[in-house]
Amino acid sequence: MPREKIDLPYSVDYLSILDADGSVDKTLEPALPEDLLLRMHRVMLLNRRFDERMLHLQRQGRIGTFALTTGHEATFVGSVAALRSSDWLVPSYREAAAILWRGGSLENFLLYFGGYDEAGWVPEDVKNLPISIPVGSQTQHAVGLGWAIRSRGSDEVVMVYFGDGATSQGDFHEAMNFAGVYQTPVVFICQNNQWAISVPRSRQSHSRTLAQKALAYDIPGIQVDGNDVLAVHAAAVEAVERARTGGGPTLIECVTYRLSLHTTADDPKRYRDDAEVAIWMKRDPLPRFQNYLLAKGILTESKLAETEEAIKTEIQEAVDRAETRMKEPVDPLHMFEHMYAERTPALEEQRDELSRELAAGKGDLSHG
Amino acid sequence: MAKMTMVQALNMALRQEMEKDDRVVVLGEDVGVNGGVFRVTEGLQQQFGDQRVLDTPLAESMIAGFSIGMALYGLRPICEMQFSGFSYYAIHQLEAHASRLRHRSQGRYSVPMVLRAPYGGGVRALEHHSESREALFAHIPGLKMVMPSGPRNARALLVAAIRDPDPVVFFEPKAVYRAFREEVPEEEEVLPLGRSQVVREGDDITLISYGAMMHPTLAAADELKEKDGVEAEVIDLLTVSPLDDSLFTQSVRKTGRAVLVHEAPRSFGPGAEVVARIVEKSFWSLEAPIRRVTGYDVIFPLFAREGDYLPGAARIARAAREALSA
Repeated sequence: MPREKIDLPYSVDYLSILDADGSVDKTLEPALPEDLLLRMHRVMLLNRRFDERMLHLQRQGRIGTFALTTGHEATFVGSVAALRSSDWLVPSYREAAAILWRGGSLENFLLYFGGYDEAGWVPEDVKNLPISIPVGSQTQHAVGLGWAIRSRGSDEVVMVYFGDGATSQGDFHEAMNFAGVYQTPVVFICQNNQWAISVPRSRQSHSRTLAQKALAYDIPGIQVDGNDVLAVHAAAVEAVERARTGGGPTLIECVTYRLSLHTTADDPKRYRDDAEVAIWMKRDPLPRFQNYLLAKGILTESKLAETEEAIKTEIQEAVDRAETRMKEPVDPLHMFEHMYAERTPALEEQRDELSRELAAGKGDLSHG
Repeated sequence: MAKMTMVQALNMALRQEMEKDDRVVVLGEDVGVNGGVFRVTEGLQQQFGDQRVLDTPLAESMIAGFSIGMALYGLRPICEMQFSGFSYYAIHQLEAHASRLRHRSQGRYSVPMVLRAPYGGGVRALEHHSESREALFAHIPGLKMVMPSGPRNARALLVAAIRDPDPVVFFEPKAVYRAFREEVPEEEEVLPLGRSQVVREGDDITLISYGAMMHPTLAAADELKEKDGVEAEVIDLLTVSPLDDSLFTQSVRKTGRAVLVHEAPRSFGPGAEVVARIVEKSFWSLEAPIRRVTGYDVIFPLFAREGDYLPGAARIARAAREALSA
């Protein structure tokens, strides 16, 4: 009865293709079509400019609190671009870029963060779940979707997003465990942006990588440079293919950085040094990818200026549409919609009650 | 018609719905090979296979969250919490997601799942195995909370819960599981959710209860008739949320007196909601203060004292006499 080493064939790869200095590992560089590369770039840029504009709007009191996404563009775009439109996207609350990639409307973002429930609507032909705010909880739905997909004999894949903080939640571990047991076609994308509000990655987990958490469940785990859109995409393509062909789930840890605030209610100066931010600014995924495309001649300075201009217009038009909508009177009774397939008697009574209140208080701007 | 226990009746509901609709999936801890610790899912895995009846890893939150994902894809998951005392892990998923996704997606998605759990005392069980915490679920907008009282209504309500387009929490009174048999028809029988029933008519006082407590309540009604010549009207809520107040408020307008019975703790319990509805809708007919016969606001005692904690026929009859003499 000896004591011996159990030989577990486990290790965690780290993948980087395009580094912060713009040098490319030619052996790993994927041969992606130009239109795909340009589309990735456009959505990354759109996301960045939209984030900046939303911050201004929030500071001016024109929309409410939202989670900023600047700095995460490569992680979100690189991964979501590996999906087909028939696949499922299960976001947390920071993946604007992934939602924009799948045709999400800027106007709906503005309305949602402007306080309109109506903007939670997901078009019938888009297989996105609504954003999920309780950290890590959405990982469980992804695995349920994945199980259902396999049970119906379909080859759809589910991609679920969460941050480094979510890896401390039990929900995440339960989801990984079920995904392993049932070999569900789920790609877990951990955007490790180093900070869960004020708690640094080092205080979130003693694990040297977050990717290695997959190994406990006998799921492949890989760590990638999350600011390198080519590396994220390559890892995601591999994981999506594995999931689609019956190979089960994968955990991809994308090492990135939250260059901006957690949400508009956050003040990072309370907990992190500017010097650290400055280091990560040099690793910014957007100029890195832009320079790569410029160097390859896929993008030109004039084309870039054109794209900037088109994005500016697109955002302005969305802001105009959203603000026009926000100036229209709100129907307070809308809150009673979609609670159940059929409104309950108590809801009917309460709806009537609010209706009477509104009639009695006509012109009273205090809303009760 | 066969005479069945509630366990057998629930099993029949599951089996028949699984036969009719291949989207119906049963999952939970020990529900497959073992047929559930109370045998409610007995034989289902043998009949439908392990792709329809899943023995899951032990994680109540995930069982609920997993079911939500299945339901979003269009399946009809029925998940079992082995005891309601362990269902609190699942409350987060029910509150944050199952109850909200229809509204949050503005009708694009719905979560047609059933979360079944045995609840309640009276079976000399361990700690965490006897509580009655339906108020926790009934307080969550977007959920439905159903609590049958006998084999026949359990079967007919479970069928309705499985077919319901919204998430339903289905609490099964384990004290009733094998306590008695009832005729349950083999052919389909569905009781709509959100409807209470008058199970005994009377003009003198209204007794309102649900779940396992229906039985001491009915026994109290018998005693009141035999010993006092009092005709009690007895109402079985069947669904705690959405609460059907039409019958009990109407009954109180006739009797002027009411006693509410549940084994859940008194404060903020379903009884408080029932009393509020009576006060709002039948106040001018009241002839006496409404009485609540309930569990106390204490940790459910270990079983040496559970008989003192749980409402019984004598306590209910005493409360009724007080209401009658006021």
